[in-house]
This record gives sequence, C-alpha cells and structure tokens, in this order.
Amino acid sequence: MKIITCIKQVPASSKVNVDPVTGVLIRDGNNVKMNPYDLYALETAFLVKEKNMNWEIHAITMGPPSAKKVLEEALHMGADKASLLTDKVFAGADVLATSYTISQLIQLIGNYDLIICGKQTTDGDTAQVGPEIAEFLSIPHVTYVKEILEIKDHSIIVKSSYDEFDEIIEMKLPALITIEKGFNVPRLPSFKRKMAMEKVTINVVTFKDLKDQNKDHYGLKGSPTQVDEIFPPIKNNQSVLLRCSPEEQASRIRDLLKDKRYL
Amino acid sequence: MSQIKINQEKVNPQIAQALIELCPFQAFDYYGNVLSINAACKVCKICVNKGPAGVCEFLDSPVITIDKSQYSGIAVYVEHRKNTIHRVSFELIGKAKELAQVTGETVSAILIGSNTGSMSEEILKRGVDKIYVYDDKRFDEFNVETYTSVMENFFQNHKVNVILFGGTARGRSFAPRVAARLKTGLTADCTKLEMTPVGDLMQIRPAFGGNIMAKIKTLNHRPQLATVRYKMFSEPALETPHGVVQKEDTKSIGITENIIVLNVEEKPQASDISEAETIIVVGRAFRKQKDLELVEPLRKKLNAEIACTRPLIENGWIDARRQVGLSGRTVKPKLLIALGVSGSVQFIEGMKESEFIISVNNDPHNKLFEISHYSILGDIYEILPKLTELIDEIRQV
Repeated sequence: MKIITCIKQVPASSKVNVDPVTGVLIRDGNNVKMNPYDLYALETAFLVKEKNMNWEIHAITMGPPSAKKVLEEALHMGADKASLLTDKVFAGADVLATSYTISQLIQLIGNYDLIICGKQTTDGDTAQVGPEIAEFLSIPHVTYVKEILEIKDHSIIVKSSYDEFDEIIEMKLPALITIEKGFNVPRLPSFKRKMAMEKVTINVVTFKDLKDQNKDHYGLKGSPTQVDEIFPPIKNNQSVLLRCSPEEQASRIRDLLKDKRYL
Repeated sequence: MSQIKINQEKVNPQIAQALIELCPFQAFDYYGNVLSINAACKVCKICVNKGPAGVCEFLDSPVITIDKSQYSGIAVYVEHRKNTIHRVSFELIGKAKELAQVTGETVSAILIGSNTGSMSEEILKRGVDKIYVYDDKRFDEFNVETYTSVMENFFQNHKVNVILFGGTARGRSFAPRVAARLKTGLTADCTKLEMTPVGDLMQIRPAFGGNIMAKIKTLNHRPQLATVRYKMFSEPALETPHGVVQKEDTKSIGITENIIVLNVEEKPQASDISEAETIIVVGRAFRKQKDLELVEPLRKKLNAEIACTRPLIENGWIDARRQVGLSGRTVKPKLLIALGVSGSVQFIEGMKESEFIISVNNDPHNKLFEISHYSILGDIYEILPKLTELIDEIRQV
C-alpha cells in the first residue's frame, strides 16, 4: 500500500516588490521553506502509517535542485522515500503543465493507492494542482479533507470541511485528497529519523525519465496561460494621512464616524 | 519548447553575479565559469530584457495558433446547492455581460441538476441570452467527475470562448478538473477581468505569493477559464427576461460513481462577514488574544462584525470564517476599519472594494495606507483606549 504526498518549496516571505523604474521584480533573498499546508498533508500520511506499518510513504516535489531540502525534511519527519522532479525543460510551467508533469512522475512511481496534497500553496494560492493531477490520472478527488476516517481494501472514507457543512465521503481507491489545515498537529523532523534516513538517497527524475517525451507538453510551452505583465497593486490617491497625538487621532476617528452617522 | 539560452562566451564573473542578483527566482547557478539556468526559472525574461546585452537569449519554437473565430460566447457555470443558486453566479453573469459588450458575444449560463425550472427563471431575470440546461435525475447531486463530463460535452457542442466559475469551495475543486479535461488554462481567484476586441480574456490576480499583480492571458487555448471569489463583482440589475432556455441531451453523458456522499453535517451558521455593512478588521499588531477586547466597545457602538487577517487565524484566536482576503472572505462593506493590519496583497484584494476604509498602523510604509481613505499613523494600543473614552462620552450625552 502506497501513499504519495506532493509537497512544494515556497518563498518564506511574501515581500515581493516591483522596482518602479525598471519594472524588475525584487524578491527577498534566498529564504525558502516547505509550503506550510503540506505539513498537514504529510502528517495525515504519517497517521495512516501509524495505524498500519505496511504503508509506504513517498514524498515528491518539483522544483530546482535546491528543493531537495523539503524532501529531506519530509524524510526526517516520517516519509520512506522521496523523489525530486527537476529539469529546465519544466521551467515556466503553469498549473496545467505542472499538474501534468507531476502526474507523469506519479505514473512512473506507479502502484499508488492514495495521493495526498496540501490544500494550496502560499506562493501560487490557486489550490488547483491537486484536482488537476487527479484528472490527469483519471482518479477521483476530494478537497478540504480534515480527517481520514477509514481506509478499506478498495475505498477510503474521509470527512471534508466546507463553510456551511461537513461531508462524509466514501471514494474508490486510488484517489487524491487535499488536506485542510489545522486538524492535525504536524510533527517536527527528528534527529533519530535523520540518522535512520542517512542512507536513503533522493531519487532525481528529469525529463528523459518520463514516459511522455514531447517537450511541448512541459514547461512554458505546455502552459496555456502566460503572464502578460506584472505590476504593483493600485493605490488610492485620495488617502488622508493623520500624524498627530493618539488623543487627537482618536477624536478625529470619532468625528469621522459621527459625520458618517455611525455614532 | 521555449527557454532561455545563455551565450557562455559573453559570461564573466561580474556578468554572472549581475544576473544572479537580477533574477527574482534564483534560477542562475555559476560553477566552474559556467553559468546555467535551473528549474526555478519561470521564463519571465527579465534576464533577456534587463540583463547585460546579448548574454541571455529567448529561444522560442513555433507557436501552434488556433482559429479564435471558431469560439464564441461567454458562459457562466451556475453553482447551486439543493437548487438554491449561489449568488456568485449572478455576479459572474453581471461581469460576463460587461465583457460581452467589447466583443458582441452572447452571454450564457450552464445549469446542471434536476428539476431546474425555477432556477432557470431566476437566471433569465439576470439578463442572460441563453441557458444551457442539463436536467437529469442522475445529476441531482453534484459529483465532480460526472459534472466534468457534462462540461466536456458542453464545450464540444458549443465551443464557447470563456467559462467563468465561482471561486467557492466547490468551484475551486471543480474548475481545475474541467481545465485538465479540456487541456486548457485556468486562472484562480481573478480580481479583475478584461476583454480584448479579439476575444482574449485578461485575467488579473495577485501573483508569486507577494505584493504584486499579474495580468494573465490564455492566448492559444480555448475555452479560457477563470474562477472569481464571491463579492468580487456586483450583481446585475434585474430585467425583463429576453433569453432562451435550451434543453441539452443528457443521455449520452455517462455518470461516474467513484465518489459517494455518505452524510452531510450542517454547521451552525456563523454570521457571515461577506454580507456585513460595517467591519472591524484586527491584524497582527494585536500581541495577544486578550487584547482583542480593546476593540469591543467600538464594535458594539458600530454594531460591526469583527474580522481578521491570516496570522490571527493561524494563532487560532478567531473563527476561520472571519478571515478577510483571497484565502478567506472577500468583503465590500460600507465601512471598514482596519486596526494594525499591514495589508498583504492577498488581504487587500479581498477588501479593496469597501466603500470607506479607515486604517490604523504604526508603520508609515504599510501597503494598506495606500488604499485607505483615512490612514492613521499610530499605535492601536494608545489610540483604542482613547477612542473608547470618547465613545463613552457620547453615550453619556
């Protein structure tokens, strides 16, 4: 029985600005971390394994060679195997090309029963890659899962959390789920596991390893969407800035609310 | 394939360093006098356009273009639960009508379900030209795989140019499935949509996880797909129906039974901040949960809803349904008071349509000041107690 967990390395800070003169994107240094939502996805997988040691957990990611770091972290937390998809052929991939590339890796790994993703990433914030992978693999998916209730031989029962209601869903395996944050407590990487996993090497997968050898299906070329331009958010030029004592500021707020008949 | 080529003969350590610094995605590596590009490259072409002349080159293979005249019409997927339409669908119809004015395309709704008659009537009042109805007992319950097959059937038969989905929990699960089935692009949570005269949909949203907006286009794939959050656009005015209801053949569409809903547990309804007219948003400047009590007198006086930013949800201080922003709720109240909120682009895109914005922050460079009507540079811990005193005075008068 095999679980594949999809994880991603994301910028640790959201401080991105555009240089107003050159139009160049300025990003804050080399600060990266594991997408925080993926921690809940990994923990969900580890909890399955705690109940049944026959499960194998295979963590995968796509990114630059330095994305190995998040896979090491996953191994040190509890994953058994790890694969990194990296190739400049994949550069510039949008959601469709990314999902397709990852689905190619998953097919290469093969024999999976369950795929677990975080509900979204903090850099893209689209929440689309999970469902698109499921479609490319022709397997069912459920999003916003907060708990796996039961895994049977050929199906899984999960509880999904939406705004107005929770749903208990039974789904045939293999299947893909995306995990809502906050319903489990992700474990930390342990020194003991770090020692134990020292000999485990990360499997590096490049374009030439994948079944589909048409380069037009990957990277920028395989991406229907393209960024036309980037620009800073719009400003409101009518803004009034109040720099004065707290007393005066409080009374100005009071007057403002009074004028607008809120008080 | 398209990629960046580096002309190595023009590379020296200074140029390599300049390019490494220029690249916002750390996609350059320089080892042993060889400059290379790794998989972090987003092909943003900054190195080509702004880097040292002639070092980086963009190589593009021929683009397979499509005949755009073959695709016409802007369609809205109508989301409903137990035959009650989600209002985001009406907002999307309003936007579709605006977009259609540029190209003269028809505006349609896609309605999937059973016993859909009364929903059709409601949709017609929003001024669509046509409703494509897939009414079948087998479609009574939403099933992501079956409904994807319906959408595939719809697109094959009607070749529309654009399909819009609500950025609800369901829409965010369904639309990507449709995009992958139709092998086309999908832009999530657009905050603005524009149409070009040739029918290209410009999809605008925050990008790269930062304080930056991107204009995204789907030039050579159809349909063009986008999701939009609830309350991002306005509902159209009601009008005398002029549209037609077109029943579609459903027999040829197979159903998939991989997913079965065993039980639905309704949650107690929290008052919804999306509907609130007055909202006070608390941000990261609050140092501990108990300090949120400082806001209570003002909240009571204004009869406002309390909302917050993402860090406070992560701290577990406030119900997640009260988060403002693209990853929470989009709001457009008459009055929004932001206390100690620095304003990430995710947050701002979720509240910038508010009619009147007052914000208090002790950082003069915070992004929220740029869109606030009144920006108060100061410490919430000093201003709030004073404000409470002043409000109490009003009560005594």
